[in-house]
Amino acid sequence: MTSAAPLFKAEIRDLSFRFGRTQVLKSVTLPIAERRVTALIGPSGCGKTTFLRCLNRMQDLHPDVRYEGEIILHPEKINILDPAVDPIEVRMRIGMVFQKPNPFPKSIFENVVYGLRIRGVRDRATLDERVVQALQDAALWDEVKDRLHAPATVLSGGQQQRLCIARALATNPEMILFDEPTSALDPVATSKIEELMTGLKDKVTIVIVTHNMQQAGRISDFTAFMFLGTLVEFGRTDTIFTNPSNKLTEEYITGRFG
Amino acid sequence: MMRKRNPGEQIIEALLLLAALSSVGITLGIVGVLLYESAVFFREVSVIEFLTDTQWTPLFADPHYGILPLLSGTMTTTGVALALALPLGTIMALYLSEYASAGVRETVKPFLELLTSVPTVIFGYFALLVVTPCLQLLWPALPGFNMLSAGLVIGVMIIPYISSVSEDALHAVPAHLREGSLAMGATRMQTAFRVVVPSAVSGIAAAYVLGISRAIGETMVVAIAAGMQPTLTWNPLEPAATVTAFIVQVSLGDLPHGSIGYQTIFVAGLTLFVVTFLFNVAGYMLRTRYHRKY
Repeated sequence: MTSAAPLFKAEIRDLSFRFGRTQVLKSVTLPIAERRVTALIGPSGCGKTTFLRCLNRMQDLHPDVRYEGEIILHPEKINILDPAVDPIEVRMRIGMVFQKPNPFPKSIFENVVYGLRIRGVRDRATLDERVVQALQDAALWDEVKDRLHAPATVLSGGQQQRLCIARALATNPEMILFDEPTSALDPVATSKIEELMTGLKDKVTIVIVTHNMQQAGRISDFTAFMFLGTLVEFGRTDTIFTNPSNKLTEEYITGRFG
Repeated sequence: MMRKRNPGEQIIEALLLLAALSSVGITLGIVGVLLYESAVFFREVSVIEFLTDTQWTPLFADPHYGILPLLSGTMTTTGVALALALPLGTIMALYLSEYASAGVRETVKPFLELLTSVPTVIFGYFALLVVTPCLQLLWPALPGFNMLSAGLVIGVMIIPYISSVSEDALHAVPAHLREGSLAMGATRMQTAFRVVVPSAVSGIAAAYVLGISRAIGETMVVAIAAGMQPTLTWNPLEPAATVTAFIVQVSLGDLPHGSIGYQTIFVAGLTLFVVTFLFNVAGYMLRTRYHRKY
């Protein structure tokens, strides 16, 4: 781990979130360090996925939702929850990888360039170059370089997930949100993706939701433990795992509940 | 020891099989009759004459047996209908599936489906007595019977089939594909056209085939509003008889059983069957060609 204190990529201040009458997040305050991996852990239903989906305004897609508080995105320090901010602009800068691999019914190539195409990039050379770069960064290039125009569905689950990572990387996002990216994958595919995420943090800020505590321990620099919609504890991953200050955190990490 | 299989169970199974086979039997029976009666017809008239002659006058003193004038009528009314119904039906389906709130969708869909329960004879008179006079305001020279008005009304008639079946297909596209696209910064429209429609293409093709088959087979509207004169024309502003309209017209007359005029009903029916069958096969091939797992 690098020793110098990292800069903030985002600051979440007093974030509360409601689905209709149900309050899912209660006044969460949390910094996201730039070019580091921040892991969100906690038992099912603690609000960690909801929290993640607030960061790129994906929760706007549901009817009857309400945000309170601020999510300040650096370096401009804009509040992305401001009603004047277009959620599409937010999603242009913050990518997402989902729990279940979700390649589009297109070729491998077209999947990777999807984000570029919707941003209006037409130049063939640029597209080709970005595909190679994104697939290399997602550690998939060697496996697919001879069949870029094959449908994405011919790939295995782990390859599909790395394709989704390449798709998110191709547009050079500032931050990528991972929502339990390995929970549908076998151990070999999982370790490939973990390795890849560790390599990516030189380029991009990563926030990952995971059920797997060992995974959080292996790949993250910072860990946030959430419970019943509140943030219980946040700190450096090694501190949280070896010397948690909250009893609840300790019990969860040692597997006594969750 | 195992119990012996219940004989009552076997009887029920046989009855169920019989029920399932009845539709197959009826289809084969219909095709058999069409083929048999058409074979009698083709003993009198050569296939080449049937397919190339440009006149259809089986009941005249100087009879001609060219199917082209009837087919041109069917194709033209169908073409007009599809030009209206395919874009409109698809847009409706996209709106209902991708944009409308649950409340709007639950309100609009039943109304659309209600449209399918309007008897076609009402659509026919609507074409003749409302649509044609309206069109004549724009185009005074338009004849009272014309294929444009009939085609437009058929188009309205098949919109619910196209929009409803397409909407089901679009709605069945898993949410995680939509989310994947939206999370990339795509708009709803980009998501709809670039991800959702390609994923639902086989279902949309099925909807189109259903609509096309309905338009080709539609009888009442064309018999009432498009005219009864077999004319080889592709101009929708003219009156012309379709294959179906001809069958109605001749079936209502008192042609002697076994005469060549009587056989023409079956040969026209066979033609209709072949055309719709070809569309269904094409639709099936499209479906298998584009079928992909999500």
